[in-house]
Amino acid sequence: MTEFSLWDIVRNLLLATRWTVLLSLVSFIGGGLVATLLLFMRIGRRRVFQFIAKYYVELFQGTPLLMQLFLAFFGLGLFGVDVPAWLAAGFALILWSAAFLAEIWRGCVQSVAKGQWEASASLGMGYVQQMRYVVIPQALKIAVPPTVGFSVQIVKGTALTSIIGFVELSKAGTIVTNATFQPFTVYGLVALIYFALCWPLSKCSQILERKLNVAHRSH
Amino acid sequence: MSLIEVTEVRKRFGSNEVLKGINIDIDPGEVIAIIGKSGSGKSTLLRCINGLEMIDDGSIAVAGAQLLPDELHLKALRLKVGMIFQQFNLFPHLTAGGNVMLSQMVVKKTPKAAAEAMARKMLERVGLAHKYDAFPDELSGGQQQRVAIARALAMQPIALLCDEITSALDPELVAEVLAVVRELASEGMTLLMVTHEMKFARDVCSRVVFMHEGRVHEIGKPEDVFANPKTPELKQFLGVH
Ligand SMILES: Nc1ncnc2c1ncn2[C@@H]1O[C@H](COP(=O)(O)OP(=O)(O)OP(=O)(O)O)[C@@H](O)[C@H]1O
Ligand SMILES: [Mg+2]
Repeated sequence: MTEFSLWDIVRNLLLATRWTVLLSLVSFIGGGLVATLLLFMRIGRRRVFQFIAKYYVELFQGTPLLMQLFLAFFGLGLFGVDVPAWLAAGFALILWSAAFLAEIWRGCVQSVAKGQWEASASLGMGYVQQMRYVVIPQALKIAVPPTVGFSVQIVKGTALTSIIGFVELSKAGTIVTNATFQPFTVYGLVALIYFALCWPLSKCSQILERKLNVAHRSH
Repeated sequence: MSLIEVTEVRKRFGSNEVLKGINIDIDPGEVIAIIGKSGSGKSTLLRCINGLEMIDDGSIAVAGAQLLPDELHLKALRLKVGMIFQQFNLFPHLTAGGNVMLSQMVVKKTPKAAAEAMARKMLERVGLAHKYDAFPDELSGGQQQRVAIARALAMQPIALLCDEITSALDPELVAEVLAVVRELASEGMTLLMVTHEMKFARDVCSRVVFMHEGRVHEIGKPEDVFANPKTPELKQFLGVH
């Protein structure tokens, strides 16, 4: 039986961390793009689009991420499509993040004071101009802290993809444990790595929130 | 011909009829004060004239621009008549200059240099040329309200609607804003203002409108309305017996 040094364990976990980071980034960016689309559907003036966006968000917020992952992984398989774990993981996480980001951003748009709409309307601006020059610039600033905060949820959400067999940090933890029989050390290290990824993000979100509260304007 | 024509205007919020057949015709250069109890429909009337609320019946026209619910007609109306709000409603992400420039550029497609020149001129007119680069949260309430006036003026409206524009201000800041309004009035701007500043209304206005329960209850020259109130409601409002 091979002996595993601590360094072997750490090295293997760090290698797998790459996939956690990559999956997080893909989910965040992809989710952000889909969320932007959903946001404009939701706050736009076409009823059908509002309806679709609203129920999309409710559907994804109202079901566990794990079920969404299962459905993406096994569901597409039913149609004879052989879905690799990484694809199902990315796909499900993008759709899931999009729902949450769209909802966060909608809240930010709606928190822009009613007086801003009225003042810009009274100056003759149309809906699109009001959005583009008055509402979105203010909403963007409000949106930064909760958006950064949500990225922490995404990083933690990637851990679930281990269940469909995607080898990211958590799955690597299980594999390494099975080889070393040192579950406490291994999962301790896994937790430490997650913390090292998430903590700076939450801290960053807090600092941004404080900063933007003090000077809520751009220079 | 009148500049602002308000004819048989009715406005309901649900089952609550807030304006019950309002008729007012305003000539160019007139300065009109609207007074009345809270809830009598003063703000609602101004908001209708600016198209921020749609009316259920009657008609409103400003210099030929009709109040109609589509974006094109609304824009045409709003280019004729500007509005100043109690809460200033400056754009917090833009400087004073930026606030005054924005709508010129996006609504009138004025080139940037011309918009900037106009912004400087209008800020000068309200005595704030030196605050061109200040953000709204760096200005006092009175200064913010003067920027809001400059912002409306930069669109070169024919008339201005003012809804209690000094009510959110500390007492010592009221005078500087009223001075600007007085100046505008003397230059011949048509003004329709809801106000609690009775002395100002008496000094500056050509006519006073007393609204009561969604109707124009009394209308006339300030000396008549204030000195000789005819209805018991106006007497009670003015506190004379
Ligand atoms: N958006 C709205 N929805 C429902 N009711 C409204 C709305 N806006 C105004 N009202 C109602 O219309 C009535 C008149 O309101 P309005 O704001 O015009 O009064 P006002 O004369 O300006 O009073 P104040 O002196 O307090 O400003 C009030 O009863 C108010 O509750
Ligand atoms: Mg009012």
